[in-house]
Amino acid sequence: MKENKACGLHCTKISNISVKYGKEQVLKNVNIHIHCGELTVIIGKNGAGKSTLLKAILGEVEHTGTITFMDIKSKLTKKIKIGYVPQSINVEKNMPTTVYDMFASCISKVPVYLKKDNKAYNEIKAHLKIFGVDHLINKGIGDLSGGELQRVLLAIATKPAPNLLILDEPVSGIDKNGIKDFYKIVNKLKTQYDMSIILVSHDLELVKKYADKVILLDKEVIKEGTPNEVFRKFRV
Amino acid sequence: MEIIYNILETILPFEFMDYAFMKNAFLAILLISPIFAILGTMVVNNKMAFFSDALGHSALTGIAIGVLLGFFNINISMILFAIVFALLLNYVKNKTTYGADTIISVFSSVAIAIGLAILAQSGDFNKYSSYLVGDILSITTSEILYLLFAFIGVILFWHFMFNKLNIISINKSIAKSRGINIKLIDNIFVVLIAVIVMISIRWVGILLINSLLILPAAASRNISKNMRSYHLFSILFSMFSGIIGLILSYYYNIPTGPMIVIILGIIYFITFGLKKIVKE
Repeated sequence: MKENKACGLHCTKISNISVKYGKEQVLKNVNIHIHCGELTVIIGKNGAGKSTLLKAILGEVEHTGTITFMDIKSKLTKKIKIGYVPQSINVEKNMPTTVYDMFASCISKVPVYLKKDNKAYNEIKAHLKIFGVDHLINKGIGDLSGGELQRVLLAIATKPAPNLLILDEPVSGIDKNGIKDFYKIVNKLKTQYDMSIILVSHDLELVKKYADKVILLDKEVIKEGTPNEVFRKFRV
Repeated sequence: MEIIYNILETILPFEFMDYAFMKNAFLAILLISPIFAILGTMVVNNKMAFFSDALGHSALTGIAIGVLLGFFNINISMILFAIVFALLLNYVKNKTTYGADTIISVFSSVAIAIGLAILAQSGDFNKYSSYLVGDILSITTSEILYLLFAFIGVILFWHFMFNKLNIISINKSIAKSRGINIKLIDNIFVVLIAVIVMISIRWVGILLINSLLILPAAASRNISKNMRSYHLFSILFSMFSGIIGLILSYYYNIPTGPMIVIILGIIYFITFGLKKIVKE
């Protein structure tokens, strides 16, 4: 493994996020502070507002509060670049969208229905290789296994390199080994790139092993700290 | 226009090309069938078949409102109403948590009911019944001009926005994380469909309009492995059945719309049979 490239000098501040669906308070005053090179894992029971929090950060649901990205040294705030890996995507078996089609739609200006953008094709292939999935470039996204799809989505989310990487861990379609591999790659990303990572997780055993910080969420932050601190207090 | 007519006569020295209405119909098909094929790819990918169907039905209300308000040109009231209808439908669809198909069905039936009620009340329903099955031979030169503008509009939109539309279709959150304005692009897309459907309804008919949008793309989806072949086959199927349908309808005295749809249907079932072979 390469040396740690994260400088620890950038931080993402999520302040006072509250979300209401009608009269129901889904999230209340959530404050999270993340430094680059840190893997922050959000855990909580179903309906605790984990996905809603991610959607609020993405700006998909209306919320109060702010998300800022700051360079600690210069004290300057910048526009944050976010990479996102969803739990699942709208795919069907045999659909006419290849990995290239999806990836190039994100990064190329050449319309993918018209022709292949050779420059983008080579870039995509090289980037997929980092995740060990470059051989899948011409395969349909509906025909990938759960683990393969997850790696492709991770590759897409990290090009161009984001400041904040948000991962919604898949709940189904991936076996135990696949999830382990996924964590290993995430861990590698954390140390090699200058980015903060937020992960919503369901696998507490792996969380314990890889997380730098754990946040237990139930409409508000119940507890945060190192995995040991959080797990000791709540025997989850 | 004379020049274009002459070119057509030279390239296609057949008996049916002697008539001006056949030349107009032919030009209309050349312009509209690729547009339907292109828009259809994303309508099918986004599972919007029912949505566009409802949009077609709203034409009836558009006509009725035009008649009621004494519009000189019914086309304009149809297009305006369809745009409002499409945006409203899109808005409500995104707001509700339960099945989109229920909402669409409500909109669709109400639109038909209002249209029928107003037209029956005004006493000249028969005058507008041709809108149900359409009549391609009634197409005029100025309408071909509308089609040309629509054609250019769709090509431009597709050229600059397709990649974004594709990502939105796969996953909205990914699109959002990349700073794509989802609402804007989605709305432009449905407005384009609304406009194209409305200017074509006169000659295809409310009953069949949706099939021109869905069938070429659906057939192409059966045998395509990537976005390029998906578009290519969709356009080929659409233009082939459009042109052959027009010619056959001339010789066998069958309305053009149904003839085109029958050919598209045959293509769909053939590709459906080929699906297993091509995709394995």
